[in-house]
Amino acid sequence: MRRISSSDRQRRVTNAVMTSFTGLCTLFAVSILAIIFAYIAWQGIGSVNLRFLLDSPRPVGEGGGIGNAIIGTGVLLLLASVFGMPIGIAAGVYLSEFGRGKFASIVRFVVDTLTGIPSIVTGVFVYAIIVLPLKHFSAFAGGVALALIMVPIVARTTEEMIKLVPQNLREGALALGAPQWRVTLGIVIPAAASGIATGAMLAIARVSGETAPLLFTAFGSRFFNYRLDEPIASLTVQIYNYALSPYDDWHAQAWAATLVLMTLILIINIVVRFFTRKKF
Amino acid sequence: MIVALAAKSILSIRQFGFSFVTSQQWDPVKSQFGALPFIYGTVVSSAIALLISVPLSLGIAVFLVEQAPYYVSRPITFLVELLAAIPSVVYGVWGIFVLAPFLRVHVEPFLARWFGWLPLFQGSITGIGLLTAGIILAIMVTPIITAVVRDVLAAVPDSQREAALALGATKWETTRVVLVNGAPGIAGAVMLGLGRALGETMAVTMVIGNRPEISASLFAPSYTIASAIANEFTEATQDIYLSALIELGLILFLVTFVVNGIARLLVWNVTRRTGATA
Repeated sequence: MRRISSSDRQRRVTNAVMTSFTGLCTLFAVSILAIIFAYIAWQGIGSVNLRFLLDSPRPVGEGGGIGNAIIGTGVLLLLASVFGMPIGIAAGVYLSEFGRGKFASIVRFVVDTLTGIPSIVTGVFVYAIIVLPLKHFSAFAGGVALALIMVPIVARTTEEMIKLVPQNLREGALALGAPQWRVTLGIVIPAAASGIATGAMLAIARVSGETAPLLFTAFGSRFFNYRLDEPIASLTVQIYNYALSPYDDWHAQAWAATLVLMTLILIINIVVRFFTRKKF
Repeated sequence: MIVALAAKSILSIRQFGFSFVTSQQWDPVKSQFGALPFIYGTVVSSAIALLISVPLSLGIAVFLVEQAPYYVSRPITFLVELLAAIPSVVYGVWGIFVLAPFLRVHVEPFLARWFGWLPLFQGSITGIGLLTAGIILAIMVTPIITAVVRDVLAAVPDSQREAALALGATKWETTRVVLVNGAPGIAGAVMLGLGRALGETMAVTMVIGNRPEISASLFAPSYTIASAIANEFTEATQDIYLSALIELGLILFLVTFVVNGIARLLVWNVTRRTGATA
């Protein structure tokens, strides 16, 4: 009979302990996620109704809603997409199609590092270059701040997606005599279009949850507002203000607004997941 | 960006010079600005975050890459990535209404009872403070570290695993070989998480208590660079006050830039090396 020496037993025990430890870690992270979602749904669902979604904020105790904040977030996201998407996509196309050599790797490094810049610093930067000269907070400044956060995300996903386009598509087009710019614009970009679109969606999901860069650019507002040179409300800033207020009524509204925001972000994430699974 | 921030903070740089980062006095009324309490708060909360999240993320990544079958690891990867998709302000809401009361009632009295002889766990128990901020940050950076470590481990060639197993190593001993192989990349992942933790604003602002004091206790309220900017920026009426806050932003920018730069270089080295041999 084979004897199991004590060192051997020790090795087996260590193995078992560490293997279950990794499983426990995973379980822990997933349950945190479940707990957070459960709380948001449980606390938020009671206050969400049609009036809450359409009304603008009112003084404590009189109800009120987040209609202006939803529209504000929409306006800010639209502005950010208009400013940020073209630059981000162009940078991504450059990096993957023409990005060889030293300059390109510097660009890639800077883009990567920009992704990690704290969003509050972006807010301070936009405050310094836009809000200070114009002397007041504006939706425009908020849009620029969000766009700055979007650019590196869009650039990186665009680059990854374009790299997936098969090389022989490019070679085929070049062999037919198409110049480089037509190959890029006419063949490569359409082939990668759905990938680029999912990257764009993810970027929108990411910035729709940003609060810090909006605090002193878009600032927030308690009214419906459609002017771009005025402060504008956003879901995130409203959640922040309500959560830190001393009123239970506003706390409930903060949870409800959180539920709305999370639903939006979850939908985008799941849709993106669904599409990428089918494609690649 | 650097230029713009530096230009706006020149007033404060001139006035306080190097003492800006060594002075403990932050008193807007007297126009005294020293950033040391913020730097302390930022460093300590990030340190707590890494202390918790690094072993946790390593565990998850090892589980996903080395142990779980594909049909388990795929959905779990998605779930862990969802943790990264939750906005910071949502973590903040959850932090003040759920986590802080939980820590106040259950965890902090326990720590105070058993580890109260350490200066770390003394003082009044409020649920709001460095510890809570650190834990929230840990939850937030875990998915980031996990994602990068996962890529790094996946890039370790299978021949390493096969060699270890062939020599009679247990599953865990094989994993250790893989971890050693990916060590520089793992270091990069940790730096990446650190960069995120240092600059995280909203969730921390909501749970850290926002008091510019240096206290040894983890229960005590503190302040981070990012949350100071978030809280006081719109209140800054004098030029020198605003300038001091922008200088804080500049410091945060430079620090995170360097941390992220190092992180990227480390991760790149690992993935490029394996890319060349594959």
